[in-house]
Amino acid sequence: MADLLRVENLAKRFGGIVATDDLTFAIPEGELHAVIGPNGAGKTTLIAQLSGQLVPDSGLIYFAGNDITAVPMHARSALGLARSFQITSLFLDLSVLDNVALAVQACAGHSFHFWRNARHEPELRDPARATLARVGLSARANLTASALSHGEHRQLELAMALASKPRLLLLDEPMAGLGPEESARMVATLRELKKELTILLVEHDMEAVFALADRITVLVYGRMIACGRPEDIRNNTQVRDAYLGEQEAVHG
Amino acid sequence: MRWTLDLRTVVVVLLLVALVSLPVYVELTGSRFLLTLFTRIVILALAAVSLNLILGYGGMMSFGHAAYLGIGGYAVGMLAFEGITSGFVQWPVALLASALFALVIGALSLRTRGVYFIMITLAFAQMAYYIVAGLARYGGDDGLTIQKRSQFFPPLNLSNKIQFYYICLALLFASIYLVRRLVNSCFGMAVHGARSNDTRMRAIGFPTYRYKLICFVIAGTLCGLAGALLANHTDFVSPAMMYWTRSGDLIVMVVLGGMGSIFGPLFGAVALLVLEEVLSGITEYWQIILGPLLLLVVLFARGGIDGLLGKVGQKVNHG
Repeated sequence: MADLLRVENLAKRFGGIVATDDLTFAIPEGELHAVIGPNGAGKTTLIAQLSGQLVPDSGLIYFAGNDITAVPMHARSALGLARSFQITSLFLDLSVLDNVALAVQACAGHSFHFWRNARHEPELRDPARATLARVGLSARANLTASALSHGEHRQLELAMALASKPRLLLLDEPMAGLGPEESARMVATLRELKKELTILLVEHDMEAVFALADRITVLVYGRMIACGRPEDIRNNTQVRDAYLGEQEAVHG
Repeated sequence: MRWTLDLRTVVVVLLLVALVSLPVYVELTGSRFLLTLFTRIVILALAAVSLNLILGYGGMMSFGHAAYLGIGGYAVGMLAFEGITSGFVQWPVALLASALFALVIGALSLRTRGVYFIMITLAFAQMAYYIVAGLARYGGDDGLTIQKRSQFFPPLNLSNKIQFYYICLALLFASIYLVRRLVNSCFGMAVHGARSNDTRMRAIGFPTYRYKLICFVIAGTLCGLAGALLANHTDFVSPAMMYWTRSGDLIVMVVLGGMGSIFGPLFGAVALLVLEEVLSGITEYWQIILGPLLLLVVLFARGGIDGLLGKVGQKVNHG
């Protein structure tokens, strides 16, 4: 299958720190590609560059065959690239449904409609309700977003990324801070999503990563030290030394 | 649907009825002063409504909003001075000039955030102030007397004090309704989202800068209208009407009344100006009383008068 995302020689420095070091990889359509690595490996920086929040120092990013390196963040979203945030980033003063409806509104074209009440537009509210149902938040639709629990915030975070009907989903640690039960639910949701979407998943929860990923890229200090199928990564000695070895939590 | 009568609605209705029937009271008592005071309150409330659109709903802390009062006012004053008294020319020019000014200021200042945004809007407004103060032909520092109010077709006559009051009041109501429609529209949701979380808005595909800029221009235009009214009200324009302290007054009105509430700016304008009038009748140092009062509101009633009414109303309802 064709590559949906291709990254060539991507590099980003912050002063003396190399956050992304000559990174080259590709994600074919339909793959769930996990990116793992110790803290400070440049995983979030990579997502920020892919979503357009940060501009790389050098290198190219191709999405569906087009060079999008210079495309601004909001326009990348229109092309079909959506991200969720590691640190929950929501509209806390709006209702849960409003949060998702805004994401639907974003991909419904421009919002220079000044008169009709946006909260009464079925074209916005219905898809938003459907998306909330997908992540299991239907019952919370009318609550203010700030009233939700942390686990529900993570689900809402995902719903907002989904609402823009993306082709590629960039997920930045969707399980961060979740309890075992909530994690299991998130894994189940992602397993459903991976049937219809291409996903780049940055995650610390190794159990989830090995359960979900088709391929895994391992980053250390911004540099790719390995890339391959989960079983190859698990048996890779370099990866064990650099990263996995220090974690007892890897379930063989 | 059950109709619950809450305190806020009661106060709003009472206030609106009072405003509409004020001229009747004035006619009965002959208190011309009251009509002049309330015409001024209504006009400044309109300016506060426009500021609330960007400050309360858009989260844009503009410290130069009085500049549009001046620009709208001077458009009327200068044209009248040059012999063009038709309101059909004066008012569109006032609105257009304000919109253009807002477009330029907004385009530059919306690239910054926080304190820088406050300082840039303040700087631009002060620049406009000094430019106007330097216009020797139009009176410079001393200001410019307007010999004739804006002319519309008869029987519309702005020199009739009661008619003029009702025109201002109608425009105030219209602008409150406009803001209400705006903030609930798709456009309003986009602006609200940008205030709440700008990064997330851009991540889900909103070019937030554009939405904020349009919002900024709408608010500036609306305030330009208030400026045109104010010039007609006082028959006089001077640089003082766009001095930075006036921008501060408008901010106080919005904060006092309740940021991001539909009727908040109206509450704020009425409360501040009536208080100012009453207190200055008691003592020369009325600001000594007004200052701490404002402090109390900011400290203990975050939602301003509007929020206070909501809270008190809830307490009453729940026993």
